[in-house]
Amino acid sequence: MSKLEPIASGLWTEEAEPRLIGGRRKDNGRIVFPMPTDDSRDAFDAVPLSRTGKLWSWTIQGFEPKFPYAGKAPFRPFGVAYVELPGEVIVETRLTTTEGLVIGMPMTLVIEDFDGQRSCFAFAPGEKA
Amino acid sequence: MSDVCIIGIGIHPFGRTEGRSGRDQGVFAVRQALGDAGLEWPDIEIAYGGSSAAGAADVMVNELGLTGVPIINVANGCATGGSSLASVYSAIASGEFDIGMAVGFDKHDRGAFNAKPAEYGLPDWYGEAGLMLTTQFFALKLQRYMGLYGISQRTLGRVAEKAFENGARCDHAWRRSPVDLETILNAPMVNDPLTKYMFCSPAEGAVALILGTEAKARALGKPAIRLKTSVMRTRPAGSFEVFAPSLDIERGVSPTVLASRAAFEKAGIGPEDIDVAQLQDTESGAEIMHMAENGFCKDGDQEQWFAEGRTRLDGALPVNTDGGCLACGEPIGASGLRQVYENVVQLRGAGGARQVQGAPKTAYTHVYGAPGVSAVTILER
Repeated sequence: MSKLEPIASGLWTEEAEPRLIGGRRKDNGRIVFPMPTDDSRDAFDAVPLSRTGKLWSWTIQGFEPKFPYAGKAPFRPFGVAYVELPGEVIVETRLTTTEGLVIGMPMTLVIEDFDGQRSCFAFAPGEKA
Repeated sequence: MSDVCIIGIGIHPFGRTEGRSGRDQGVFAVRQALGDAGLEWPDIEIAYGGSSAAGAADVMVNELGLTGVPIINVANGCATGGSSLASVYSAIASGEFDIGMAVGFDKHDRGAFNAKPAEYGLPDWYGEAGLMLTTQFFALKLQRYMGLYGISQRTLGRVAEKAFENGARCDHAWRRSPVDLETILNAPMVNDPLTKYMFCSPAEGAVALILGTEAKARALGKPAIRLKTSVMRTRPAGSFEVFAPSLDIERGVSPTVLASRAAFEKAGIGPEDIDVAQLQDTESGAEIMHMAENGFCKDGDQEQWFAEGRTRLDGALPVNTDGGCLACGEPIGASGLRQVYENVVQLRGAGGARQVQGAPKTAYTHVYGAPGVSAVTILER
């Protein structure tokens, strides 16, 4: 895994148990993900987010998305979800599984192989990755 | 302010028309609306209109005639038709014009709409990772709603079943064959919990509506179908919209709730007074959620409503009487105006095989689209 390049820089922390990096608005404390990289970034402070949360909603991507989707070939359906990080923000994410998904179940962040060369964040069911 | 009436309606059948551009379908609809109103093109004093993917409305003067008429091109995504109509409404209500026209048309490629991250101010990785699909958004919003309010997948199937039943009775619909409930439920899953029959498809089509003062409507011998209100709203804080890499933990209402409340307030009536409604049904769940967002029922009551058939043609509140987007497809620029067209047909009692019984007097339309726009109209006979 360590040889894979992140799909984009600044999405998660480089530590043993990586965390997503969000942006906390300086004026009202609201949190967004990802941390903005455009001109609006000055209005935010980068903050590492909780590694664990609860499944807020989910679906299975059943057909291969068109460009710019760049996942592995041949296409295999994958899970897509929103995960609520308590008290922080609800993030959209890929899932490591397409089965046994129930709203409210505990979820944990993992970094996984995306296309053989790059890594991407995803959430897995359970309280530990 | 003068009352504003709809005095002429025209439609180019929805679906796929090889060899005819979206704009030419618009011209077709305009000519039909003029004929319906008993007017000629030089009678049109002002027009608003547009498309999402088929060019600008003002080019139509090449075919319709160089009368010098002001035409304002509208490019407002899924609310293009609704915004055009709201603009014509204001132009006439203000007293400056007596006769105006709203026109919407479109022609899209096959398959799901394809979005590029940069055009939405989003990073490239979001699209590459396969997170930037409109179908996912609809499924994610719906999955949560079903979990919170106990809506079953069978009810999603019933929405599609009703749409194809109504579409089979409607001459401007694209899908003209009924599909039975088990076929809908057992079809391939597109985005769980939605099967392929539960999603509408991008399509082609055009609608033109001619509006006039009540005096004009009378002079033309037309039944007075009053446009009581035409309201458009963008999203408020905390609404759940397409292409959102994150959501605030403090959730808010949708733009539909804002538009609906404003429309009922302006019309001076409530949801219980509406006889027939056309609600945005991009997919089955959208119709269900929009029933509640527009105030017609409480969250979760839809399960019972569909079990009892209350939104069928013979029910207490028929919804999507021409089959909606599910049976007509979705040409973005024309879709909102199709709903109003259908309501005029119903209020005139001209619906033929799909006519709502009991001589409906009030009719409601609701269109919704990315990135969080909603438009509502209320008609009264």
